[in-house]
Parts: sequence; structure tokens; C-alpha cells
Amino acid sequence: MDHSKSEIEKQIARRNRKNKRFKGVIIAATIISTLPLLFILFYIFRQGISAINWQFLTHLPKPVGEAGGGVSNALVGSILILLVSCVIAIPVGIVIGIYLSEETKSKLAYYCRLAVDVLQGIPSIVIGIIIYEWIVRPMGGFSAFSGSVALALMMLPSIIKSTEETLKLLPESLKEASLALGVPYYKTMLKVIVPTGLSGILTGVILSISRVIGETAPLLFTAFGSPFMTTDIFKPMSSLPLIIFNYATSPYEDWHQLAWGASMLLILMVLILNMISKIIQRKWKAQF
Amino acid sequence: MESAVLKVTNFNAFFGDNQVLKNINLAIDKNSVWAIMGPSGCGKTTFIRCINRMHELTPNATTEGSMQLNGEEVYEMNPVLLRRKVGMVFQRPNPFPMMSIYDNVISGYILNGIKLNKQQKDEIVETSLKRAALWMEVRSTLHKKGTFLSGGQQQRLCIARALSMNPEMLLLDEATSALDPVSTAKIEELIHELKQQYTILMVTHNMQQAARVSDKTAFFYLGELIEANNTKKIFTNPQHEKTQDYIRGHFG
Repeated sequence: MDHSKSEIEKQIARRNRKNKRFKGVIIAATIISTLPLLFILFYIFRQGISAINWQFLTHLPKPVGEAGGGVSNALVGSILILLVSCVIAIPVGIVIGIYLSEETKSKLAYYCRLAVDVLQGIPSIVIGIIIYEWIVRPMGGFSAFSGSVALALMMLPSIIKSTEETLKLLPESLKEASLALGVPYYKTMLKVIVPTGLSGILTGVILSISRVIGETAPLLFTAFGSPFMTTDIFKPMSSLPLIIFNYATSPYEDWHQLAWGASMLLILMVLILNMISKIIQRKWKAQF
Repeated sequence: MESAVLKVTNFNAFFGDNQVLKNINLAIDKNSVWAIMGPSGCGKTTFIRCINRMHELTPNATTEGSMQLNGEEVYEMNPVLLRRKVGMVFQRPNPFPMMSIYDNVISGYILNGIKLNKQQKDEIVETSLKRAALWMEVRSTLHKKGTFLSGGQQQRLCIARALSMNPEMLLLDEATSALDPVSTAKIEELIHELKQQYTILMVTHNMQQAARVSDKTAFFYLGELIEANNTKKIFTNPQHEKTQDYIRGHFG
């Protein structure tokens, strides 16, 4: 009896040691994988913080050799291009998401889901080339609008997926409650189901924005970039990723500095968008 | 039988090839409380879901035969209009999570786009909540979300929501099965009150509840209507062997 008891205690001690070792490995792996991210952030902030000042945000770029200058046109351009792509992608994405959440078995839904998955995997530069062929060439020139279409295409898959997944998780009883009150199907979807899933849908939208906010490749063939301040979406327009690309590949130290500043601005925007999505998730979540 | 609100004749219901209701004939008279009883899978829920045509929302679900609400053929009516006349309360409370208690009660009007002025809204909310015996508990928190209420209160909120549309008939699908005894007792009391104005059909697994609350009872077994009669008679002197066995607890 005594013997077996000590045997059990030994075994427990052994297991506890094993548990501790396992925990240690997990924590170490987590730290190792987080460190590079922190280093990147730290480096960008160290490089970029000196470039960011009021002038940087409000002035146009200066020609080579002149000191100062800013990225105001790129900032405005980025926001405008994203706004237009939201206008295109959000309604289309949500409608497709609703369809997929409702229709699980039909052939059309199957192919639609397949298409969405493939679209998600298409390299952004390929999307740029396709939009160049489809919109830039027929319209006779580069334009912010074509850039927006390219980004909208890239936003679609995550909006569709998040809408579909969110709505699928809502209980069937919710829909039945509405239908049993004599509410027509379309009103049930638009006034009950979508509002209840709104926090999930919005989170998907915001994450899709933060995904495409730094896309450069599709804009190279479409929005192209411009040294001027413009709000005409049918003209070439600058944007933060484009300006980073142009400045960072230039041979001038001043411009490198501006590129770091623009990078930091972009990362700040992504950070803020992610924080907004977290807040929406927490505050607007429907409780059952 | 002239005062029958609902007249069911030779009614069949299917899920695909699977027949779940077999040749049902039943007449429900006005201002009565009917209990629908039977073991699981006997088609009682399907039966009441056929009355407000929720059954056909399931893919491949079909029906045959005739069902008349006040002389009007249910399966020729517009389902949207039908469902405004036949209210339903589900097994689990399902208030709309994004709406306040107030909005939940008049959600049938809001969602259907029926315009009401402030006074009408207040009136409907108050009378519906009073009828559902919830008014005293929520009158000071009308603009809080309905999902903050307890399960029993939520279920009474759902009853208020159904009553606000002034239905001719109220279907309760095991409405108390997820509730504690106190809330159940409140809802049973409520059913007694509501009988004055509405015709009520309740599906229940609880035989004591059927005996306590209902005037008449219908016993379903394997998709067939075995027996329908006054509740007292069913419980004291059932005509059919199956009914007798079920009530004595021999199966189900």
C-alpha cells in the first residue's frame, strides 16, 4: 500500500514537470513568433517618427533637392480610393454573403463559394493586370476609380466570408420569430438578420479594409500615382503605398525618410482600424 | 361545429417522402384551449407549424388536404397575412436581440412597416405587456434590451409580441418546456386569461399541464390523430387503448 502510494506521487510529480516543460515550450514559441513583429514595428516607428510632422501631413511632395514636402495628396488619395472601393465592395459582398448563408446546397452556391476561395488566392499583381486590361485600357488612361475596383475585388472575399459565417451562426429561431409575425422574407433578412449580425459583418469589412490599405501592386497599373492633389477619381491619383514604393526605390536620402514616414502612417491606420473592429465586436455583439 | 375557427380535413404533411401527418381531421372551436399531446416524433409540432405555414419553410416539406381558418382555405391565403392572424410562441424564448423590450413588443408593426403614432405605440405596448402579465415587471425598463430579461420573462415578452398583432389564434410550441416552475405557472395562468379573447393551441409534453390548462386535448401517435376530446374525458375515460397507455405512462 505504502509502496504504491509513493509510486503514484512520483508519477504525479513527473507529470507536473512534463506540464511545466510543455508550457515553457509554448510560451517560448509565442515569444519567438511575436518578436519579429515587434522589431518591425519598432524599426518603422524609429525611422518614421522623425519624418512625421504637420508639414508632412499637409503639404504636397517637393521636387528632388528641395527640403521638406509632405504626402498630403497620397493621404487624401488613399482615403478616397478606399472609400470608393468600399462603396463597390460592401453592398455586393454583403448581398453575396447573405445568399451563401441562406443557400447551402444549390449548385450556384457551390460554384460561388469556390469562386470566392479562388479570388482570395489570386495574387494582387494579377488583379492589377486584369483591371488594367478591363478598365484602364478601355477608359483610355490610369484612374483612381480603376484602382478602387482592383481593391474592391480584393476586399470581396473577406466581406463575403465574414458575412456568410456571421449569419450562419445566428439561430434559426430568430428568423422563425420574424416570419411567424407575418414579416415577409426579404424584410426578415434586411431588418432582423442583417442588423443582428451587424457587428460580425462590420468587423469583416474593417479587416478587409486594413488588408488592402497597403496594397501596392494593383495600384501600380491602375491609380498610377500623381504628384498633385486631386479629388477627381477618374484621374491618376497618389496613394500611400504608391508613394512608399516610389520614394523607397529612389536614390535620395530625403525621399527615403518620407517613405519611412508614410510607412508609419499606414501602419498606424491599420492599427486604428483593427482597434475599431475590436471595439465593434465587443460593444455591438448581439446577445441571446 | 359552426363556430369552428379552424377546420382540418384529410390533412397530410410530408418531409420529402416521409409522411409525418396522416389524414388528420379536427375542428377547433372558438375561445378554447387545446392541448396537443403525444410522444416525441408523433407530429404534434409539425401539426401546429402547418397551421401558420411555417412547415413549408423547411426544404422539401409539403402538405395535402384542407385546412380552413374561419372558412378561408389556409393554403390559398398569402402566408404573410395568415401569420399575422395566427401568432406563434416557440419552444425557446426568441426575442429580437437588437431591440428594446418596447420595440420587441411592437416589432410586428415595426418590421412590417406599419406606421403608428407615439400614442398608439404606447397603448399597444402597455396592453400587450399587461395581457402577457409582464407589464409590472418591465414598466420601468421598457427601453432596455429584451435579452436582459430572465428566460421566463423573455418567453412572456414573446407572448406579448405575438398578442400585439391581435391574432385570432395563438400557437404555443412547448412554450414552457425551457422554463422553471414559477415562470411556467405564470404562463399557465396567462393562458387561462387569454382564453377569453383568443383560441389557443398548445403543444406540450407535460400531461399535468395539459390537464390543468386545456379544455380539450388531442392525442397524436406516429403521425395519426388517435383521439380528440374534452380534456377531462381524455384523462379519465380515454376511448382508445393507445391514449390510455400514454396517459398511464406505458410509453412516450
